[in-house]
Amino acid sequence: MSGLFQEAIFVSLLAATIRIATPLLLSAMGELVTQRAGIWNVGVEGTMLTGAFIAYIAYAVSGDHLTAFALAISAAMVLGAITAFLSVTLRVDHFITGLGINLLASGLTLFWFRSFVKGKAQPTFDSIGTVPFPYLSDIPVIGSVLFDQRLLTYAAFALVPVVWAFLYRTRTGLELRALGENPAALDTMGLNVVARQYAATIFGSALTGLGGAFLMLGFSDRFVPELSAGRGWLVVVALIAGNWHPLRVTSAVLAFSFLESVATHSQAIGAAVPYQLLLALPYVISIAIIVMARGKSRQPAALGESYSRS
Amino acid sequence: MTVALQASGLSKRYGDVVALDDVSLDIHAGEIHCLFGENGAGKSTLSGCLYGYVQPDSGALAIDGRPMRLRSPAEALRLGIGMIHQHFKLVGRLSVIENILVGAGGRGLFLDTRAARRRLAALCADYGVALSPDAIVEELPVGLQQWVEIIKVLFLGVRVLILDEPTAVLTPQESDRLMAALERMRDAGMAIVLISHKLREVMRSDRVTVLRAGKLVASLKTAETSPEELSVLMVGRKVSPSYDHNRETPGEIVLDLSDVYVNGERGHRVLDGLSIHVRAHEIVGLAGVAGNGQRELFETIMRVRPLEAGRISIDGKDVTAGSTRDVIDLGVGHIPDDRYLQGLIGSFTIADNIVLGRHHDCAFRKGPFLDRKAISSFAADSMSEYRVAARDSGTRVDRLSGGNAQKVILARELQRSTSLLLANQPTRGLDIGVIDYVYRQLLAKKAEGFGILLASEELDDLMTLCDRIAVIHRGKIVGVVDPSGTTPQHLGLMMAGQAVSGGDAHAH
Repeated sequence: MSGLFQEAIFVSLLAATIRIATPLLLSAMGELVTQRAGIWNVGVEGTMLTGAFIAYIAYAVSGDHLTAFALAISAAMVLGAITAFLSVTLRVDHFITGLGINLLASGLTLFWFRSFVKGKAQPTFDSIGTVPFPYLSDIPVIGSVLFDQRLLTYAAFALVPVVWAFLYRTRTGLELRALGENPAALDTMGLNVVARQYAATIFGSALTGLGGAFLMLGFSDRFVPELSAGRGWLVVVALIAGNWHPLRVTSAVLAFSFLESVATHSQAIGAAVPYQLLLALPYVISIAIIVMARGKSRQPAALGESYSRS
Repeated sequence: MTVALQASGLSKRYGDVVALDDVSLDIHAGEIHCLFGENGAGKSTLSGCLYGYVQPDSGALAIDGRPMRLRSPAEALRLGIGMIHQHFKLVGRLSVIENILVGAGGRGLFLDTRAARRRLAALCADYGVALSPDAIVEELPVGLQQWVEIIKVLFLGVRVLILDEPTAVLTPQESDRLMAALERMRDAGMAIVLISHKLREVMRSDRVTVLRAGKLVASLKTAETSPEELSVLMVGRKVSPSYDHNRETPGEIVLDLSDVYVNGERGHRVLDGLSIHVRAHEIVGLAGVAGNGQRELFETIMRVRPLEAGRISIDGKDVTAGSTRDVIDLGVGHIPDDRYLQGLIGSFTIADNIVLGRHHDCAFRKGPFLDRKAISSFAADSMSEYRVAARDSGTRVDRLSGGNAQKVILARELQRSTSLLLANQPTRGLDIGVIDYVYRQLLAKKAEGFGILLASEELDDLMTLCDRIAVIHRGKIVGVVDPSGTTPQHLGLMMAGQAVSGGDAHAH
């Protein structure tokens, strides 16, 4: 009896890890492309929150998941375009740009949320259901952990090899990697630096917005202010911990998600450590990783630097 | 001969400065055409116009006889005009083949590395270059990095190749090899535009165009001119690079390094058992290819870098465990190689920069506060003594020309020092007039009894100024020679790390 119970907790713990990893992974793959192109987008948190909020409003109004996702992505892309305009065109410090985006998103979503709800009972809805793989989902443990998930979860994991192949096997990917190291190398070869940095930033924001929408529609039955709760920052940390490499970033995301899953299961497991302390672990661990990997960092050499000729 | 590229009436101003004033020239296919002139004469602006990197205010370009406007480097490349920049535009962390593939065009979504590798191998064989496609560019020696740049452009099938000061970072032997390769490209029908201020290379070109203060002074067949005529055309007056070179008897040892080991930021050795000494009344030259430990040596003497092993003494006092402040207090002046990064604070005024480092002297403060009046009058005196051309001592240093900025550093370091001067590339990027001034200042200090350590990439200058020349290679002094008993070729071999027999390797 207790063995069965333990197995159920174990399965639940791992399945939750995969689910929690989904929005982080979507955003991390997007922001990986952005950062490899040299744009240090710190506004991930705000972009994710915006994606979540727009998905909520759109679904509440339309009742259609596709519409909700499409609008969330569009809103995030607008934020990406603003980020690119500030960082690339106006050459504002990337960190300040990101802080601005985060504060803007936090303020606007809260304001709009209050005026949307206006004291009425907040609409709630069921989160997106899982789509089990035929046959595969019947495998014990692995089946329910990996193959009884939501469609976007499968998509997020499929994205990892796609982003890898894009960065390391395509011409555009090579150009983006070169851009993050030395924009002058592209400029002098007659390749447009500005257009590529805009595209990479908007692409990253689109995936972050999608991650935010999943956070809302795949996890929650209602919106709460600051729904993203630091997950955008976790993505930024995962890129550093994963040394800007798709597979290592994925490992970092999975490790962080596992820790969060452990934290939410802590009572069931009977862990004696306070829940909040477990939630802080990813950050503590990544600081430790950064300190240990000091000097070996493969941070794109021109990350966060606005390019101009001469 | 066909005209590959024709410029007529090119002009360009930057604010009040006329960088290019009505310049017209023809570049022929099958010739090496040299653009010759001092820094700031307009060579780089002109080449930028030819490559679409700089947009001229007026004037026109014609390529193969057809009028063209080059709005970007992309258009220039499409029309077969490529450029090798003085500061390489490579991605250090990517491999050779990846660097070549950036911007190499091609069809399809995916990289075609196999075809690129074949072409790279063919080009390397053609020019006798040993480049491994998978080598990481930042780990290659500078000479090979330059070949990556050149092959990157050749990959696009250019017919006109512009090179901006390509030999600045090469040893004399590497320069010879490069010139030979350029001659092969010329013989294959390419047009080569070579920007240089070194007479030795200019004389190997087919035609030379001399620029001065943005104006075209002359366009000549190289065979019909002489180095003397060219240098007069470049400066606009006769220059006499002869210095009163008094061979004084060297005095006491003022700087002594023995078996110094220093590690760099990434943990690798940058100074590898280096020993050198400098006596009073002598100038010791430091020759070497850039990046062989010169900057680290100067920073180590200034006690900016920690020692792994070895001993340093200045004026007989051991400063191995000392601080930078201790070294400065011993009367050491330091002219760093990057004057804006290490020598000056660009957003500060001339006055602030001149007293920087001695602002705690009683003369410049009243109690805890800076004495602005004393600082200003001291700065004004220094400016007139060291001929700094600026409105007043309140001018920001980043508004000054390179020559005037360097004079601000000279004013500070020469007045502060009492026994030892460390000068790392003190003439880099300066025009002949200022170079002459800097050298005369150094010789005057030598006559006063200073010991001077002078690093320069201009071997000819080292040979005229120095009492001894030490050659540095991979963080080690590989030989010390008497300038009167050596040649640039001999020095070049030592700089490349080749053992040279016969030289008095440890002459003292």
